[in-house]
This record gives sequence, structure tokens and C-alpha cells, in this order.
Amino acid sequence: MKVAKLARLDLDPETIERTTEQLAGMLEHFADIDALDLRDVQPMNQPYPLVNVFREDIIVAGLDRTEVLAAAPDADDGRFRVPPILGLDS
Amino acid sequence: MSTPTNALTAVQIAAGVRSGQLKAVDVLEQHLARIDTREGEIHAFNLVLADQARAAAAAIDAAVAAGNDPGPLAGVPVALKDNMCTHGVPTTCSSKILDGWKPPYDATVVSRLNAAGAVTVGKTNLDEFAMGSSTENSAFGPTRNPHDITRVPGGSSGGSAAAVAAGFASVSLGSDTGGSIRQPAALCGVVGVKPTYGYVSRYGLVAFASSLDQIGPFTNTVQDSALLLDVIGGHDPMDSTSIPAAQPSLMAALDQGVEGLRVGRITDLPEGADPDVVERLEAAFDALRAAGATIVDVQVPAFSYGLTAYYLIAPAEASSNLARYDGVRYGLRVNAADTNAMYGVTRAAGFGEEVKRRIMLGTYALSAGYYDAYYGKALKVRRMIADDFDRAYQQADVLLTPTSPTVAFPFGAKGDNPFAMYLCDVYTIPTNLAGHPGMSVPFGTGAGGLPVGVQILAGTLGEPQMFRAGAALERAMGAAK
Repeated sequence: MKVAKLARLDLDPETIERTTEQLAGMLEHFADIDALDLRDVQPMNQPYPLVNVFREDIIVAGLDRTEVLAAAPDADDGRFRVPPILGLDS
Repeated sequence: MSTPTNALTAVQIAAGVRSGQLKAVDVLEQHLARIDTREGEIHAFNLVLADQARAAAAAIDAAVAAGNDPGPLAGVPVALKDNMCTHGVPTTCSSKILDGWKPPYDATVVSRLNAAGAVTVGKTNLDEFAMGSSTENSAFGPTRNPHDITRVPGGSSGGSAAAVAAGFASVSLGSDTGGSIRQPAALCGVVGVKPTYGYVSRYGLVAFASSLDQIGPFTNTVQDSALLLDVIGGHDPMDSTSIPAAQPSLMAALDQGVEGLRVGRITDLPEGADPDVVERLEAAFDALRAAGATIVDVQVPAFSYGLTAYYLIAPAEASSNLARYDGVRYGLRVNAADTNAMYGVTRAAGFGEEVKRRIMLGTYALSAGYYDAYYGKALKVRRMIADDFDRAYQQADVLLTPTSPTVAFPFGAKGDNPFAMYLCDVYTIPTNLAGHPGMSVPFGTGAGGLPVGVQILAGTLGEPQMFRAGAALERAMGAAK
């Protein structure tokens, strides 16, 4: 339930129950790494050693604003339009 | 059914079109005719772009007639997995949440294919957001295996694999996060390559797990895969994880043979492959030995922990990447009283069950109090796997394993047990974690006459050795026919 809320997924109770069961089953399978001694192992976040990538500060064309806004569910006056943000949060 | 006997390879098509001996429009019409005949039962595509393709093919022929060279893929019909952005052309990821979305730009691979003279025939079906191993998890219905339509084509790039196997396209592109190119290639009897992480630009590939995703080709021949990678590979400033160095031509590596190549057998490989698959793997070792390679035993002890590390890391990255589907900038919105409620109902309505499951698994693995126990630990196991592979590659140039533990399985065979489906990728996943290249080459048939693929793995940027071994296996199969 808490995870679904964190993931911004508004699920019905039945789905939450089924998913909780499935996730618990998976976490049991994942217990195979618990026995490993990982104290001296460095975590690996990505496969290729990355250095900061710099580039020349050259102005290039961005995406076409009209085209981007045309793909939005709701747009108004050159901006994305969303439902109220404040005051109604349950 | 097998590849149509009159089919030319992509290399032959491009050579014919460039020299004026073949017309790109004729090549295209042959492929469109096959789509007309069989697409109804296969469902490889989310979208067929017949008109756009006809215009592109006509432009190629006009360029040749005017004395210009359209490029190394001149007139080659190509299909694109529907998670690659195409400017103004719908890109859905087989998800309701992106249904109808038209990207405002082309992925780098799409630009490079177009610049090389390729003709895009359509966008192919996939497991939603590339999460799955059977293409059953598509919001638009499953793709069927051209060799047996009661069976899955594999996944997640099942549409791209089926499109090449059925002769709908000469070649196609897929993406591989844990085996999503190699496994469907094996199940559909075509060649599939996942390059080294960073070999091909991910710019414009809709992200699933950014530290694992790579784009690669599906083709009928090893040489066609080399040609395609020579076109789409190489540095791209738009992808900060793109390898900055120039890559050697893989087309040039193919002729070198395997004399002296050290081929590793992983003695502690996880068990579970079916006997017919193991038999083909043994035949592949024999074929490479006969071609002059040396077979050596190696160990990769952490290989068997790949599945666990992957199913913590990939969902964790996915839960973060898929946060962008919020009903604000593109795709589906389900209205609600306030923005926070709108997020929840939009995402619940737009994502399919497997995607939701992985988002929740990833959210859990990253959440306060569980981060160290799950995600943090998985990253350390990932390091162990990469280190074990690196040690193995001191003794061997390439490693040989099954691609998939089984041949193509019937629809619904994995039931609603997610873990049973995850086991399909037990042999492909560790390579993604290490960032290494891998390819699947068709090597005969197993149970029911269905295709079996053999997987060739290599170390970072070991593509030339991998392609040499792949070409040798292909030659051995050709000689046996």
C-alpha cells in the first residue's frame, strides 16, 4: 500500500493484495544473495567508467514548442496545464 | 516457415540498389506483400508505414538514377521496435500510457538509418516498455512466432524478431536490457546482437533501465548484423554514456576466421536448459573446434546471481525512469480533482500489470530502510559478476552458452507466475549487468523443429571476436545444410 502510494499508482485493494503476494514471492527468490560476503565489494552503478562530459557552449535549436505542447493532454498559453496543485490534496 | 528462399540479405539488397541493378521500390513491394499475406496472423507491427516507405524507396531510386549514392543501407527495408522515437510518427512502447504520442524528434539510430538509405516499413510490437520475455505483455495484443503461431516469439523485442523471421523486413532494430534482443532472436531463428554498453547511442530510445539498455540489430545473417552495427554504432554527443572512441568495422572482422580463437565453456553455468538446447550448444563447440578454435574451461561463479541482481537493479531504474509518465507533458491523462490524484489514476489506468509490478518492486528496493538490503547489495553483486567475467576473459576470447533455456513456448505457458517468465533470461542477463556484448546465432532446431540459438559472449568491445565466432557458426550451419 505504501509502495503503491510512493510509486503514484492508485490501485484497488484486490490488486494491492495480489501484487503484495507476488512481490513477497520474488523477494524470497532474491534471498540467494544474502549468503554472499560483500563487505569489500565496491558497488557498480554503470558498466562504463564515466567522466564528466563537457562540451563547448554552443547554442543549438531546441524542440519546437508548439509541437511539444501539441502532444500534451492539456496546454494553455504556451504552458502545460494541470489540475489544481494546492488545497485539495487528500 | 523459414525465410523466403528468394530473400536477399541486406548486404545484397544494398549492393543491388546502389549499383542500379535492383529497385528499392521493388524490394519494398516484396516485403509489403508478405506483410499483407501474414501480418494478420503474426501481428509483428504496432504500425505499418507503407506510404512513408514507398516515398522513401522512390527517393532512393531517384538518388541512384541521378548518380548519387544513397548509402550503405540503400533500399534495405527495416523495422523499428516501437520504443525508438520517430519524429511525427506514433511511438507507443506498446503501452496505453503513450498511445497516440508523436515524438518531436528522431532517435539517433533512426537518423543514422535514414542517412544510410534504409527504408522504415513499420514500428514493431513489444512487451510494454520492454518488460517481458514473450511479447504477451503488450497493450495491443501479443505477437505470434512465425515458425509456429501457437507459440510466443520471445521478448521483449518479439515484433522485431518476428518481422525479420517472416520476411516483413530485411532487418530490424530491438533493444536489450536483459536479453530482449538475443532471446527473441533465438526463438524466431534469426541473428540478434546486444552490443557493448555505450556502443550504440540510446538517444531517443525510451528508457527502461538506463545502465543496462542497448540497441542492436535482428538480421538473417551475421554479416547483415555487422553492416547494421557499422551504421548505427559509434559516438553520439547526445548520449553521455556513448563510448567516445571510434569502433573498428565489424564487416572487416568477419573474414578473419576463428583459427586460434579461445572459446570458453562456463563449467559452473546455471543448469536448467532443455536437452535439445544443450545438444545444439555442444554441436556449436564442436563446430568451432573443427574450424580451428581452442575450447577452454572457465568459471564465472557469480553468473547464477545475475537474475537476482538484475531484478532489483532494472526495476529500481525503471521505477525512476517511468516517473515521467505523469499525465502532464505527453500521453494519457485521467482527470482528477487535483494533480496528485491525477498522477495516481493516470498511471493506474495507463500502465499494464507487469509494468506496475516492476515499478513497485523497484520503488520498494529503493525505499528508505530497504535500499542497502536490496538495491545496494545488488550493485555489489553486479560488480562481482563483472569481475568474474573479466577473469574468464583473460583465459578465453569469447564464451558460449545457450541463449534461451528452451525453444519457443506456447502462449500462457508461464501462467501468472512472474518468476517463471524471468527465468527465460537466466543466460542473457549477466552480460547486461557487466555491460559486455552478446549475440545469438541460430544453430539448428530442437524439439518440434523449432529454432535454437547459441549465445556468444565477449568482453568490453569484444565485438570483432564475437562476430568472428558467429560467422564461423553460420558457416558450419551452411555447410551442414
